[in-house]
Amino acid sequence: MADYPAAIQELIDAFGRLPGIGPKSAQRITFHLLKADASESARLVRALSEATARVSFCSVCFNLAEGEQCMVCSDPQRDPHVLCVVEEPRDVVAVERTREFRGRYHVLGGAIDHLQGVGPEQLRVRELLARVQGEGITEVILCTNPNIEGEATALYLSRVLDVPGVTVSRIASGLPVGGDLEYADELTLGRALEGRRTVVR
Amino acid sequence: MGIYRDVGVVLRTYKLGESDRIIVLCTQGRGKVRAVAKGVRKTKSRFGGRLEPGSHVLVQMYEGRELDIVSQAELVETLPELRTGLDRLGRCAAILEAVDQVSQEGEANAVLYDMTVGALRAVAHWDTPLVTSAFFFKLLAVEGVGVSVGACVECAAETDLVALDLASGGVRCRSHREGVAVSPEALLILQLVLGGRLAQALALPIGAATFEVDHLAHLALERHIERRLRSIHILDGS
Ligand SMILES: [Zn+2]
Ligand SMILES: [Zn+2]
Repeated sequence: MADYPAAIQELIDAFGRLPGIGPKSAQRITFHLLKADASESARLVRALSEATARVSFCSVCFNLAEGEQCMVCSDPQRDPHVLCVVEEPRDVVAVERTREFRGRYHVLGGAIDHLQGVGPEQLRVRELLARVQGEGITEVILCTNPNIEGEATALYLSRVLDVPGVTVSRIASGLPVGGDLEYADELTLGRALEGRRTVVR
Repeated sequence: MGIYRDVGVVLRTYKLGESDRIIVLCTQGRGKVRAVAKGVRKTKSRFGGRLEPGSHVLVQMYEGRELDIVSQAELVETLPELRTGLDRLGRCAAILEAVDQVSQEGEANAVLYDMTVGALRAVAHWDTPLVTSAFFFKLLAVEGVGVSVGACVECAAETDLVALDLASGGVRCRSHREGVAVSPEALLILQLVLGGRLAQALALPIGAATFEVDHLAHLALERHIERRLRSIHILDGS
């Protein structure tokens, strides 16, 4: 197989490391950009460097933020007593789309996964406990994915969130099992939020 | 390319691309099988929820060049109890991880399939860590590296057995002790489990000996697979 010039191979490799892009797609994207108008790749470069420079994690909830705090945490209209715990920032987007939730979030950065060896230590659980104990939280809604890892995470959190004066609930099981929250449609997810149930410990 | 049907237990899954998963199964007829399940992470997927770790399924597959492709999946049985507690989920995961480690691709192993199904049913039925321990010791026996717990491996004495020596594959008496210390209560559990009287062992109250046996089972299995079991250590630090 003939080798590509090093600069091109580097670009192909960089795309290939992105989630959801196989070697074939990486090549296709690379050659598309090389063939396209120079302004197109310039726009991509600019968007990428701006996003990586400006966006970081919210210092309160670990959602993506442009600045110190995310849009939700810096909004005084949001109920500071209710927390919705999700796995990833994209789940915040999914819950926001339902327009059912007026509290704030806590993004764990993943889920407990026995088989991959991901435990609570690798997630932002300690930060969650500190918030629940220090911010006057009265309700925590566990909105992890309706799959086995999300279930394990919710079971673990309900165990450690045994704090007086705090109600812990889990989104209703109306969500199809095995899926990712981000693919749930707004209506189903909204109903699941509304139908949340207090966790029995 | 052929189509085939088989029953199996989903051992683990990996995310693939945007919404697919690679499913690893312990099947009855083909040993360990890796297959692609397309679109299963979308909540509207027809069979996403049936292909989670621990699911016991009847699958229809297309043979692929590298990976087979799942075209249909039906649940053979559901064990909702498995999801009722973190401990049960952990036991379930430990069993799946162990089976994943010992099973081979392209090598039928109906015994392993039967044992896995049985172990998951046991996890659902009995809320004790002994279910996993018993499975591990049985698995080692089937693998040909079982431990003998009836008599000292050195002198065949049947009394005053005080240690388990994994290197020589059995228990040892006080005069020949080597390996890990074993309490009389834990030894009794081991003898019940390996002597085919599992129900009797499971009926014992959970106590220090249960956790001792649990620990011994982990040591024995990890020694055999030559690596640590991820699933049993994730809650260690908390
Ligand atoms: Zn925030
Ligand atoms: Zn001896």
